[in-house]
Amino acid sequence: MPAEDPPVIRFENVTVSFDGVPALKDVSFEVGKAQTRILLGAAGSGKTVILKTAMGLIRPESGRVFLFGQDITGLPEKELFAVRSKLGMLFQESALFDSLNIEQNVAYPLLNQKAVQCQPGEVRPRVKEALEFVELGQTLKKFPSELSGGMRRRAAIARAVVTKPPLLLYDSPTAGLDPITAYTIMALIIKERDLDNTTALVVTYRYQDGNLVANFRYNPDNGELAGAPAQTQPQTRFMVMQEGRLVFEGSQDELEASRDSYVQKFVRHTD
Amino acid sequence: MFNFLKVWVLAVQDFYILTGQALRNIVRSPHYGDDIIVQMDSIGVGSISIVLLTGFFSGAIMALQMGRALAQYGQTGRTGMVVAIILVRELGPVLTAVVMAGRNSSGIASELGSMTVTEQIDAMRALGTDPIQKLVTPRLIATMIMLPCLTVIADFVGMVGGYIVAHLVYYITTAQYWQTSWQALEWNDVAQGLVKPFVFSFVVSLVGCYFGLRTTGGTQGVGRATTQAVVVASVLIFILTFFIGKVFVSQAPS
Repeated sequence: MPAEDPPVIRFENVTVSFDGVPALKDVSFEVGKAQTRILLGAAGSGKTVILKTAMGLIRPESGRVFLFGQDITGLPEKELFAVRSKLGMLFQESALFDSLNIEQNVAYPLLNQKAVQCQPGEVRPRVKEALEFVELGQTLKKFPSELSGGMRRRAAIARAVVTKPPLLLYDSPTAGLDPITAYTIMALIIKERDLDNTTALVVTYRYQDGNLVANFRYNPDNGELAGAPAQTQPQTRFMVMQEGRLVFEGSQDELEASRDSYVQKFVRHTD
Repeated sequence: MFNFLKVWVLAVQDFYILTGQALRNIVRSPHYGDDIIVQMDSIGVGSISIVLLTGFFSGAIMALQMGRALAQYGQTGRTGMVVAIILVRELGPVLTAVVMAGRNSSGIASELGSMTVTEQIDAMRALGTDPIQKLVTPRLIATMIMLPCLTVIADFVGMVGGYIVAHLVYYITTAQYWQTSWQALEWNDVAQGLVKPFVFSFVVSLVGCYFGLRTTGGTQGVGRATTQAVVVASVLIFILTFFIGKVFVSQAPS
């Protein structure tokens, strides 16, 4: 019998502080393979800190962080590069490099992540494939400043998925976008999950984003989202952060049934 | 009181760590040669016009003022000598470095500061690149090469400026001006004039990088980082020129 896969992300009593002010307090959770975890929370509750701690950009004050079963808590930066090549991250403000055009931005991880080992001849086709995935195939030579907010977010998704990482971290993918563009971005996240079977941690303050991820699947026949039948519903679980603490972890039904007034705010707010 | 001191000690420690990492990366791969060339163009070639202007007019002003002062002692003929010594030893390196701090420390701090607040530095780390290797080391190398070159240009242009004034205002002959200038300069002066810009290149580039990389607080923070970079770099240049000058004065033949 094959050994069970270790959790893709595992936090063990993680505490993070900035200048003595705690940003994460004793946070523990696990995300299994091919699961999607929706992380809800108000601004400043520590959602982004969790993502950055998960990829070793922020080091915890105490506790341990595991990625793909490997303890990354004390790893030096050079060794973290190899671990980070197994994950893609969508930053809140897209974080595309202003001085590079879209093609160079999307090619960046292929050219700079040693563990990816992409042959020079493969770079351009893979960049085009990633940009076509986000329907931005015609923007290769444009600079980030020439694109709209939604297009920048899509280009950043292309950069995150170009290496086909098994884990994706999304930091507020729909923040500051109009409802139509926000839907497009969430549809891309669902498409990526369903086509490549990736594990994902999605930080958001909008419950409807989590609702979409939990109940819809990408239909490759017409390229649109469709409601998933109950037995094929994706493995989606929810977490809620409040002032650096994890105050809820459970399924969508449990979230909706929660009687905690803070947790209820996120669910009710969108009705 | 003690908190204030603690903040300063920590800042100095962080600056030394950044300096150490930037220097270590010079011999470590990967090397970003293209970035070094781009930075040499931006920091060095881009600064030539202001260095030419400041160099020329500082030499001209010095000749104007020194010529008048020396006339009281009947020594107007030595104007070239005084201009050469002050320019090569002190004014050329310091003025060039201060101008470079105003133009480049601020530019570096605002560029890296903007990258920090828009998470581009985090993205760089996430995508397998050491920001110090990619951003700081090329700027340091470019400034180490270009600042001494620009200082030599400023020195020469300043002496030309001094010559024009000395010739037109005080009627000093061409031969007398250049001969006294040439004779006045010793190896000690030339060495001092080249060591200073080399040391200042660390200040100009690394102070800008340091304040840029530790920017917090959005666009307002970028403005604050830029101002701090220029102020700290300029003050450090004046402090360091005193100490380097002191070392060379004690080494000079009596």
